[in-house]
This record gives sequence, structure tokens and C-alpha cells, in this order.
Amino acid sequence: MKEYPLTYTAFKEGLAQGRLLGLKCLDCGNIFTPPNATCTSCGSFKLEKIDLAPQGNIKTFTVIRVAPAGFPSPYIVGMVELADGPWVVGNVLGLDPNQAGPDLIGKKVSVGHKIFPRSETEGGQEGVTLTFTLTN
Amino acid sequence: MATKTFAIGTHSEHEHFSGLTFPGVFAMVAHFYSKKYGIPLPELKKSMARVAVKNHANGAKNPLAHFRKEITMDTVFNSAMIADPLQLFDCCPFSDGGSAIVIADAAKFKKHVAKPVYVVGTGQGSAGAIFRQRDLTRMAAREASVKHAYKQAGIGPSDVDVCELHDCFTIAEIVASEMLGFFEFGQGAAAADRGDTSLKGKIPINPSGGLKAKGHPIGATGVAQAYEIVKQLRGECGERQVEGAKIGLIDTLGGDFSTVAHVIFRRDS
Repeated sequence: MKEYPLTYTAFKEGLAQGRLLGLKCLDCGNIFTPPNATCTSCGSFKLEKIDLAPQGNIKTFTVIRVAPAGFPSPYIVGMVELADGPWVVGNVLGLDPNQAGPDLIGKKVSVGHKIFPRSETEGGQEGVTLTFTLTN
Repeated sequence: MATKTFAIGTHSEHEHFSGLTFPGVFAMVAHFYSKKYGIPLPELKKSMARVAVKNHANGAKNPLAHFRKEITMDTVFNSAMIADPLQLFDCCPFSDGGSAIVIADAAKFKKHVAKPVYVVGTGQGSAGAIFRQRDLTRMAAREASVKHAYKQAGIGPSDVDVCELHDCFTIAEIVASEMLGFFEFGQGAAAADRGDTSLKGKIPINPSGGLKAKGHPIGATGVAQAYEIVKQLRGECGERQVEGAKIGLIDTLGGDFSTVAHVIFRRDS
């Protein structure tokens, strides 16, 4: 079987190296991330790995006040539309969650990441979340 | 514990480590709705609170409801913030409960049942994670599923007399009422304000009290919706009876916006 052009492990390794990796469908042109075995639009296996610009704008968000164990609240979760098209979920950093209001929507962000080491995760696997920092 | 457990319902690799919760997902729906339709958040929060007040009023009339007490809009606004802009009374509870129905071949069993209710349309659909679906006010899988059910039943949304839908959060009822075709997109909040979804409204929604007040025993919830609709179509709902209901629809959601099922019921006229 042909190897996947971008596994989730490789996606995480890319983040650690400062690269935001994604996939482009060679059949329909859809660009997406995080990776999937098939195109998230047309289902094609013909995918190639690409570098995505680590920029986007906030489409919606929330401030989590009642959190799962291990997540000190409050914190902001946002959904961001990347400049290359994909939408992704992560944490909005760099502002007081208590000051976060609807004017956050539409704000431009740069995309980074935060690693959760194996010792800190329940499943014992390394975890990662994207982070968004306001740029304007 | 419950929030921790149900956080497993998010996309495990991409969403889990952001600390996203189920209330968080629907909180993002509310912000998205407010922005998309140009409804200032304080106005939208009032519409959402009216959903909670209405469902509690219905629950107070349901002897099997988890919460049998009426609330006011202030009850909602004075409750704890869970995930901005959702407060505690925008959220359904986790409930203990069970439900069961008996389904039989109508041709064989019709003569044994005094008030038979028929399954006349079904639909189901599934979709990917929310960041793949993008516009959180719409859910292609739900819209396709209910369309299938309507087509099979040979009816449209305006033929439905009573509906039980998945109001896990107040905003969830508003967006569902649009996706099921009862109101134009962006008009669900105004419809809640007008009382269109109350027991005597244009399309009564969640006469049982819904997940909000009847309760949300995860797994039993969908069948409990079927129970309510069957009782409604049989005219056995007492104070919360929707007068003359002949056709009912149920809508059940699972995952965070990812799986959905619909059933349309009809009684003999």
C-alpha cells in the first residue's frame, strides 16, 4: 500500500519545526489540514503534502469556563480560517479571556502550536493544539 | 466528570488538546450565528433565553420531566457562565432515564392497537468534524437527512404539527428549527421571540420540555422523543397536548454536530 503523504505524526513533527503542513487534492484542488487519509471534499487518495501560510482570521470563538480535567480555565477556543482555505481549531492566546468579546471575530492571527508531553496526557500519547495570536 | 467524559466526543487529535467542550462547540455556534445574521449578541441571548423559558414551561407540564419547574429569563441571565455566551440555563442537563418503544408490522398488528401511530419517513446522516463543516449555523448532514424523511413521508415542513428536536443547548434549538425547514435561515431566533415554537404556536417544538427540561439521558433521548410524539399523536399529553396533532417529527443529534437521525410519525386522520 502506498504511504500516506502526510500522517498526523508528521503533521505534529512539522509544527515542532515551525512548519504548518497540509494536503492538496490533485483531483479537485481542495486544500486541507489537519491531515486525512482521503480528500475531505471528494474522497480522492491522490494527495500531496504542502506548506501552508501560518496566518488566518477568527471565524468564531468561545471562552471555556467549565473545563475538562487538566485544562486550567478560563481559556479561549477559536475556529480560524487559514489564508490557504482550511478551517482549524485551536487556542487564542495573548489576551485576557475575560476581555474576549464578539469583536474578536474577523481579527487576523498568526498560527503557532503547543505540545502536550506524553507525561501530561491521559492516553499517554503526545498531544498538540494549534495556537492563534492576534496580529492586528 | 461528565464534561471530561463528553469532551472525548470532539475530534481526538485536532480538537481535544484545545480543551474544547460540547458547550464550547455550541457557544461557537452562537457567536457564529450572531455575526452571520447581524443579530447583536445581547439580542440573540434573549432569544436563546426564551427557548429555555419555553422548554421549562413545557417540562413543568410533563410528569416524566427531569426539571418540572418554570423559569424566567432572569434565571438564565443570573446563572453561571459555562462557555461564553452560554450560561448554565442555556445548557441541558445530563439525566438518568430510560425509554422504550414497540415497533410492529402495521399490516399484522393494526387491529390490536387502539390508536396506531405509523412511521412514515426516516433519514440519517453523518458529517465530519466541525472545522471541516465550517459554517456552524448549517449542517449539510441534517438538512439532507430531514429532506429524505420529508420526501419519504410525502410531506413538507409546513405539514408537521409537532416536533421534538435536539435542544442540547438553547442555540441548538434555534439553528435546528431552521435546518428542519420551519423557518428561514437566520429567522429562528425571531421565531422563538414571537412564540412560534410554543405549545400554541405555529409549530410547537419540544412539548415534552426537550433535552433542556425533560432531560437528556444520553442514548435514551432519541427514543424518548419518539415516545413523546406517539403520545402527542394519540392525544394523551394532558396540559402539554398540541391540539389536533396528526404528524410529528423527531430530530436527534450525536457527536459534536456530526451524526443525526430523523423520524416522521403519522396517525390515522
